[in-house]
Amino acid sequence: MPKPIISVEGLRKVYHDHVAVDGIRFSVMPGEIFGLLGPNGAGKTTTLECLEGLRVGDGGRIRVNGIDPARDPGRLFKSIGVQLQVGSLPGHLRVSEATALFAAYHGVTPHPDMIAILGLDDLADTAYDKLSAGQKRRVELLLAVLHRPSIVFLDEPTAGLDVSSRNALHRIIRTLRDGGTTIVLSTHDMAEAERLADRVAIMIRGRIAVIGSPRELTSTGDGYSKVSVRTREHSILRSGTAAFSREDDYAVVFTRSPGTMVGDILQHIATHGDTLVDLRVERPSLEERFLEMVQDAQA
Amino acid sequence: MQAFILHFNLEFWSGIRNRTLLLMHYLMPIGFYLLVGTMMAEINPFFGDQMIPAMVAFAILSAAIMGLPGPMIEAREGQVLRNYRVHGVRAATLLAIPALSTAVHIGVTALIIGMSAPLLFDAPVPASPLAFAGVTIAFTLASVGLGSLIGVLSANSRVAILWQQAIYLPSMILGGLMIPLEVLPDTFARIAHLLPATYAMQAYFGLAYGEPTPYASLYAVAILVTGAITAFALAGTLFRWDDRDGGRLHPAAGALALLPYVLGAWFLVGG
Repeated sequence: MPKPIISVEGLRKVYHDHVAVDGIRFSVMPGEIFGLLGPNGAGKTTTLECLEGLRVGDGGRIRVNGIDPARDPGRLFKSIGVQLQVGSLPGHLRVSEATALFAAYHGVTPHPDMIAILGLDDLADTAYDKLSAGQKRRVELLLAVLHRPSIVFLDEPTAGLDVSSRNALHRIIRTLRDGGTTIVLSTHDMAEAERLADRVAIMIRGRIAVIGSPRELTSTGDGYSKVSVRTREHSILRSGTAAFSREDDYAVVFTRSPGTMVGDILQHIATHGDTLVDLRVERPSLEERFLEMVQDAQA
Repeated sequence: MQAFILHFNLEFWSGIRNRTLLLMHYLMPIGFYLLVGTMMAEINPFFGDQMIPAMVAFAILSAAIMGLPGPMIEAREGQVLRNYRVHGVRAATLLAIPALSTAVHIGVTALIIGMSAPLLFDAPVPASPLAFAGVTIAFTLASVGLGSLIGVLSANSRVAILWQQAIYLPSMILGGLMIPLEVLPDTFARIAHLLPATYAMQAYFGLAYGEPTPYASLYAVAILVTGAITAFALAGTLFRWDDRDGGRLHPAAGALALLPYVLGAWFLVGG
C-alpha cells in the first residue's frame, strides 16, 4: 500500500485567543484529489496555509512529501504548487512576464502544452489587472504548476467564476490528477467537491467532522433517502399528508425506508385513480449532508 | 541570479509603466526642478548655487520616501508577497529589488538634473563630481532604507502617508533644500538633524562644493551610511509576508532607524 504523500497529525493553530484549527488529523494519498470543505471560518485556509509552509502550527505534526513545512519551507516550495485564494500578482505584470519570472525562480522553462491547455496563448501580452476573473484564476493555476510539482494546493479555485470558466478549470484539475499530481482543494462549493474530489474532509469550527469519499459521506449520516413523486392529479399533495412537502409539482419525502415508501406511494396512486408521471429516489447530495452536519454542530 | 536579474528588470520597467511611480520617479522631481529653476532665480539669486544638490535631494526624497512604500504595502495587502513566497522567493530579494530599482531611477533623474542645470539655469557644477556621486549614493541608500522600512511597517497606505509626510515635508522645509541651515534657530537646526536630508545637504556643500560646514562633512556621510544599514537591517527583521504575519520583532523597533540621526543631532549640533 502506498504511503500518504501528506500526513497531518493533531494540527492545532491559534490566533490570539481564537482556535482556528483544533487538533485535526488526516492523510492524503499520492494522485488523489482531496477536498477540504467547510463553512467560512471553519479553518480550511489556515490548514492549507500550514501545509503550504505559510503558517506555522502551534501543535501537531505535518509532513508534505516527507518535508516538515515549518522547518524546511525552501525545500517544500520546490515540490508543491500553490494557487492562493486571492488573486496575487502585480497588476502591471503581463502574463508572459509573470510566466517567465516564476519559471526563472523555479529554474524551468514554461511548458507550451500547459499554456495551451489553460487557454492562455492569446493572453501573453495582457497585463494581469486587465484579465477577467476566470483568466486570472487560469494564470494563477499555470504559475502553480509551472514547475510540475507533485502536489498542488488550490484554495477556492473557482470562487466567483461563471459556469463555463468553472467547467474549464474542473477539466484542467482532472487533467492534472490524471497526470499523477496530488491535488488538495479547499472549497465551500459542495457540488464542485462532489464532482472533483476522490475524498473530502468536512471541517466545522476547526475540527474535521467527517472524512471519506463523497459517496460514503452521502450514504451515511441520518440515512435518509429523498423520494420525489409527481402525479397527474396531484393526489398526494392534495391528501395533505404532513410527511410530504412540495417542491414545484413534486411531493417530496425523506425516508429511511425508500422501498416501503415507494410501495405506499404506488398504492396511494392506484387507490385514488391517479396517474404516475415521475418518481425519483435519490441519496441526499453532499450539500444536503453538509448542511445536516453544520446544523448538528450548531445544535 | 538569472531570476533576480529578470525580476529586477521587470520591476525597473514597472517604475515607468506604473503612473504613480512614473510621477514620483521622474515627473514630480523633474517638473519641480524646472519650476523652481525658473522661479527661484528671480526670488533668490543665490539659490542657483545650491540648485543641483537641492533638486537631486528632492528627487531622492520623492522616489524613496513618497514612491517606494506604496507598492510594497499594496503587494503585502494584495497577497503578492505570499505568492512570491510559495514560489520560494526570499524576503531579502523582495526588499532588495524595489530598493535597487528605485535607486537606479534616482540615478537617472540625478543625472538629468546634474547635466541640465548648468546649461538651463547656470547652476554651478560640483567641484568634486566624485564626492557628489558618493554623497548621492549615501543619501539614496539612507532614504531607500527608510522608504523600505515604512513599506514594511505601515499597516496600510493611510498609515504610510503619515510616516512619509513626517519625513518628506520637514526635509523640504528644514533640511537645507530651500532654506540654508545657517539661518535656522538652534532648536530647529537640531530638529533638522533628525532628518537624513540635512546631513546630505551638509555633505554636498562640504565634500562636493568645498564650502565651509559646521562640522566635518565625512561625519554626515558616516551617519547616512549608518542610517542606511540600520534601516535595511530593521526592514529585513520586521518584514511581514502578510498582515497576519507577526514578524520577528515588535513594530516599535522600527524607531531604532532614527538612532543614527538622533546621535548626530546630539553630538554634531550646537555642541
